Amino acid sequence: MALPVRKFDAVIVGAGGAGLRASYELSKAGLKVAALSKVFPTRSHTVAAQGGVGAALGNMGEDSWHWHMYDTVKGSDWLGDQDAIEFMCRMAPEVVIELEHFGMPFDRNDNGTIYQRPFGGHTANFGEKPVQRSSCAADRTGHAMLHALYQRNVHTKTQFFVEWMALDIIRDAEGRVLGVTALEMETGDIVIFQGKATLFATGGGGRIFASSTNAFINMGDGVGMTARAGIPLEDMEFWQFHPTGVAGAGVLITEGVRGEGGYLLNKNGERFMERYAPTMKDLASRDVVSRAMATEIKEGRGCGPHGDYILLKLDHLGADVINKRLPGIRESAIKFANIDPVKEPIPVVPTCHYQMGGIPTNYHGEVVVPKGGNPSSVVPGFYAAGECGCASIHGANRLGTNSLTDLLVMGKSSALSMLDYIKAEGPKHRDLPKDAGDFSLSRVAALDGKKGGANVDKTRGEIQRTMQAHCGVFRFPDMLVQGVDKIKALADSVANLEIGDKSKVFNTARIEALELQNLYETARATMISAEARKETRGAHDRADFHQRDDNNWLKHTLWYKEGDKLEYKAVNLKPLTVETIPPKARVY
Amino acid sequence: MKFRIERFNPDTDAKPYFKEYDVDLKPADRMLLDALVRIKMMDDTLSLRRSCREGICGSDAMNINGKNGLACITKIVDLKEPVVLRALPGLPIIRDLIVDMTHFFAQYHSIKPYLINDEPPPERERLQSPHERAELDGLYECILCACCSTSCPSFWWNPDKFVGPAGLLNAYRFIADSRDQAANARLDDLKDPYRLFRCHSIMNCVDVCPKGLNPTSAIGKIKDMMVRRAV
Repeated sequence: MALPVRKFDAVIVGAGGAGLRASYELSKAGLKVAALSKVFPTRSHTVAAQGGVGAALGNMGEDSWHWHMYDTVKGSDWLGDQDAIEFMCRMAPEVVIELEHFGMPFDRNDNGTIYQRPFGGHTANFGEKPVQRSSCAADRTGHAMLHALYQRNVHTKTQFFVEWMALDIIRDAEGRVLGVTALEMETGDIVIFQGKATLFATGGGGRIFASSTNAFINMGDGVGMTARAGIPLEDMEFWQFHPTGVAGAGVLITEGVRGEGGYLLNKNGERFMERYAPTMKDLASRDVVSRAMATEIKEGRGCGPHGDYILLKLDHLGADVINKRLPGIRESAIKFANIDPVKEPIPVVPTCHYQMGGIPTNYHGEVVVPKGGNPSSVVPGFYAAGECGCASIHGANRLGTNSLTDLLVMGKSSALSMLDYIKAEGPKHRDLPKDAGDFSLSRVAALDGKKGGANVDKTRGEIQRTMQAHCGVFRFPDMLVQGVDKIKALADSVANLEIGDKSKVFNTARIEALELQNLYETARATMISAEARKETRGAHDRADFHQRDDNNWLKHTLWYKEGDKLEYKAVNLKPLTVETIPPKARVY
Repeated sequence: MKFRIERFNPDTDAKPYFKEYDVDLKPADRMLLDALVRIKMMDDTLSLRRSCREGICGSDAMNINGKNGLACITKIVDLKEPVVLRALPGLPIIRDLIVDMTHFFAQYHSIKPYLINDEPPPERERLQSPHERAELDGLYECILCACCSTSCPSFWWNPDKFVGPAGLLNAYRFIADSRDQAANARLDDLKDPYRLFRCHSIMNCVDVCPKGLNPTSAIGKIKDMMVRRAV
């Protein structure tokens, strides 16, 4: 069956921060842009970011992009590519100022400049002491940013396709990406969106873990589609566990709490981070803090009747500071933990938060794969930005605030690359392969026709529990090996899902099943990459190889869906203009 | 726990009807959304929107025991049984708890929800004092969930002509921004008998806003500015 085809200059999948930053740039340039989103744009998960966006504006004292770069390289445990990191840190002030010009309601200093707060891992003078680099709008920075970006797109008249779910990538015989198939939720119709250039800004897949700060929609859609299209995924073993998710609920409590002076306590009332990170203490990078918390709990110093959480104390900041700088987390703590942080500490646990790996790109946002001896050969017409992309800026551990910096910088950078590419492509669209769309149609038909298949909720639950138990903060060799077996054993269920609802209009059961097939690729890439990496680096902590091993493992993982093949490529240690920041021991 | 949920599938149903559910909740089920997720496990034909599950994305607005709210931050223990759930009132139902929000967003877009300042931007940020910035508190936090507008009788009668509380709150968010230069044009745009003046201060919007915002107060400030401008 031939599907209807809609043609655009640019097709953008995902309308969160990265997608909106890119769509603004492209529609401003007068291009015909389609921005597809599973949800109304302001409901994208960028909305949940709290603490701030990192940029060396120097509003609170001396700062420099070079220090920001050093912190990001060190934060990445040297797995980040130093060209991409230099690029992001140099561009950061420009994109934050642009956002202010777009109308973002940043908090202000008395002199009228943007207020910046301290954040984990951000330091002055190459690690000497904490620096105030996180530009924020109270603890609702992501919300303020996402709305400002959406508003800019209303101004430039970007064409949105709201509540459309992209299904699969369309490639031609040479491997060029020509667009996607997508399903309109309201009608159940499937359409081809053809673009001269296609950007994935689909966010992360943090829902692979049972305990996650992520929204329901964060199902790894872009990553799953990419894997099915034969493109490898980079560094998927690296997932950030945010130190402070509300115990039990998983809801995020910003690191900005510690930036403003809050700190963590164990059951003895000890401020234990002083032992683990003498200089940065509670503002060490997230992997370090999460590991310290998990260690305290493991060694019997956790709080509560089951000794299974840590307390985040902030009442000493006083009601005024909390109401002014942290009003949203006060609201969340009252709602989800039944405690008012003005009076009591918040029970918290490390909770899955961010996907450091993803679709391999360079810092121009172009998707790159190994081909003919070139480890970074460009896939023509295909771009990725934001959490789904891996440039790689965050390496083995992302610093707080750098997610928003990344999506602004990479969203813009991808759009500028796409502009050049679209211009070079000329006025006409290329021919679609004759069978474009067949694969998606057969996937949906299989789902609708299945009887006696696997249950969607049950299968998703098994994936999430397996990832949580076998691939969490601490990773053990036997558990990883078993985890690989368990995840592989679920392939059959995922390929044979059954839904009760066969109707067309807003069939969310069908959407959830299609999402689950993406989540599965995300989980499988993670488990297999993690089992193979025999060292400890950043967020990947192995009990049997407890040190970083630069001789053997200073390299990026590439996982291919086909045969679970693993390849590796070198980390780019060469920045654009400054000297290499050489690997050394990582102490905070 | 017992629920009565309004159901409608345009493919099979001539009109909406109520379906009853009796659900065994688990200790971890704290919020109404947790219960709805559990109901959907029993009956996957129930359709609803949801995403962040922490009250910031605005997806899961619905009518809960007669009052609009977000399912994800409505505590189960506070609900009277049977819990009666309906789609947001006043907008066409697409399916079950999912409404067509076209009119709602059209009104939001109609107020030009973006900063207007035609001066070339400076190299650095535009300066704004903490006091000027504080004017935006209680305004910029709107999550566009539509709880307010769909609880407003004036919006029910004239969704095509009355901007509604959410749109007007956002209109004032830009009027109040020291960096915006279009206050006069924004006021002009609201001065017909419908766009602003259909608000009769019933204050349902204030009552239901899940973020504790006060659209009536913002509307009052716009009206004051119009009066002051006229004299």
